Amino acid sequence: MQQPGRAAEIKAIGIGKSFGSFRALDNLTLDIGRGEFLTLLGPSGSGKTTFLMILAGFVQPTEGRLFSDGTDITDRPAEQRAAGMVFQGYALFPHMSVEQNIAFPLKVRKKSAAEIKRRVGEMIERVGLVGHAKKLPSQLSGGQQQRVALARALVFEPGVLLLDEPFSALDKSLRGQMQAEMKRLHQETGTTFVFVTHDQSEALALSSRVAIFNHGKLLQVGAPDEVYDRPDNRFVAEFLGEINMLPLKGVQPADNGSMGLCEDRAVNMRCKAEKVRGDAILAIRPEHMSIAREAAVGENGIAATAIASTYLGAATKLDLTTREGSRVTVSVPNEVAAAALSKGNSVWLTWPAEKGFLLPDGGQ
Amino acid sequence: MRGVLSDRMGAALLMAPLLVFLALAYAWPFLGVVKWSFTLPTPGLGQYQALLTDDLVQSVFIRTLRIAAIVTLVSVTAAYAITVVWVRGTPAQRLIAEFCILVPFWISVLTRAFGWVALLSNRGLINTWLQSIGFISEPLALVRNEFGVVVGMTHFLIPFAVFPLASAMRSLDERVLLAARGLGSSRMRTFWEVFVPMTRSGIIGAAMIVFVFSLGFFVTPAILGGGRSVMIAELIYLRIFQSPDWGLGAAISVVLVLFVSALMAILFRYVKPKQLV
Repeated sequence: MQQPGRAAEIKAIGIGKSFGSFRALDNLTLDIGRGEFLTLLGPSGSGKTTFLMILAGFVQPTEGRLFSDGTDITDRPAEQRAAGMVFQGYALFPHMSVEQNIAFPLKVRKKSAAEIKRRVGEMIERVGLVGHAKKLPSQLSGGQQQRVALARALVFEPGVLLLDEPFSALDKSLRGQMQAEMKRLHQETGTTFVFVTHDQSEALALSSRVAIFNHGKLLQVGAPDEVYDRPDNRFVAEFLGEINMLPLKGVQPADNGSMGLCEDRAVNMRCKAEKVRGDAILAIRPEHMSIAREAAVGENGIAATAIASTYLGAATKLDLTTREGSRVTVSVPNEVAAAALSKGNSVWLTWPAEKGFLLPDGGQ
Repeated sequence: MRGVLSDRMGAALLMAPLLVFLALAYAWPFLGVVKWSFTLPTPGLGQYQALLTDDLVQSVFIRTLRIAAIVTLVSVTAAYAITVVWVRGTPAQRLIAEFCILVPFWISVLTRAFGWVALLSNRGLINTWLQSIGFISEPLALVRNEFGVVVGMTHFLIPFAVFPLASAMRSLDERVLLAARGLGSSRMRTFWEVFVPMTRSGIIGAAMIVFVFSLGFFVTPAILGGGRSVMIAELIYLRIFQSPDWGLGAAISVVLVLFVSALMAILFRYVKPKQLV
């Protein structure tokens, strides 16, 4: 966070934070790589924002150490860390014009008037605010204010940019546009981005890695496809998107992965039965299941009855119950859904072995 | 739509007693004052002409403006410091600040003025103490002059300046201050370049309230000024009750009311009434 123009590498070791008796963050250890786009994802109160505030230096951890490029910065005040930060609600200076807002961090750093003018001008161009330089924040739209906040946080070339739910106030179409813009800014600046959100699709779309928090604990960190396809636990599996869970019995290692019994039928998984043995939960994403007339021998499948459908345009969401009463949702082509419903009787649900994964039975 | 209408009517009904009272007890009699200013002792604009030429009236006007300006500067500055502690201090600091702000409200303006006389007079506490430690040999002239008036008025007006300032400081978005620090700004710089400008409406409101109050001060300058530093309200009193010059007294009143009204009009162009409480 100290050398301008160079992405920072951050190491958090055993970070904890208590507010009175409330444990906001517990024993968090995390490496943030140089120039990566890390998303901190979790419901409100999960500790993600507390961790961001600790990174910024606004909140002092109760335990643990924080390193930036190998230097211990745990006790360094926020103004000396100078991480760029974009707040929820942007926190622009209401009494300063767009260009004064963007110039502020440079003025604080005592840059020459000529340099400030040049860099502010470049930044205004880069975030697409040409023609708005003299306006006050109150004269701008939400999206434009967002751009000012980004420009102000990036203009001094911080080693890391911290973003606290920056898109929460924007409408959906603007959100998509700003997400794309932020991805571009990340590529152009090469700076380390740490982004807080509670929106899992935003996290999956933007980041190089996602860190999932719940109840003050870091549950899993990994690339988007990794955490989506191979969650470590039930919370991560459910938080990242809709998921079907079927009880499994007699889980044991097998050639090429593992196997178990699902509603009295043998099913295979590619994943290893490392942490789970005996009873477990088989989790499969709705888009990975399909409807069939019959499951072939050796193919994963269980019998189910279609009960309802929701037309989504491109596909149909079909709700089914299995013979033993588990609820399952699948996303299927529209004509398949119609056929399954019109039959009104039993269909087969099938899935490829590599798309099912094991979660420990019960709890998290 | 109906809700808005009935709310407005409800508000108007609740305000009505105050408006009626003000109309009967203030506006109506004041019209009489306006009439005097044009009719006494002889009909015409004579009194207003006298205002422009009378050296005494003009020097009192200038003194009043000068004292009001000094009192405004000192009160708002002091109130700003107290309000920062009151709004942003630790719970213990807040309690102490709140005590200092509220207690003066419970003591009458007359008691306070005499209290200051006891402190500031030649044989008052301050002069006696300074003499006893040998710091001065002759008592300092702390009262019966403009200094005493400014001290007494400032003390009275600080709490009035606190409320608009507190309102402005409370409505300030904490994240903006964090943002400034996060961008590398020291606490000092954040205070001067972000915090103070963002409480501008409170500063304007506080300054206007104190200034307008100062213009009409009567008891405090009469006691602490000791007849030597007469302000405009005292002059009106003298013209009406001690010299039979009702016409001139009335004319001064009318000018004062017009001046204050103009100031209020300017104030409400910059600050919403809601921000002042």
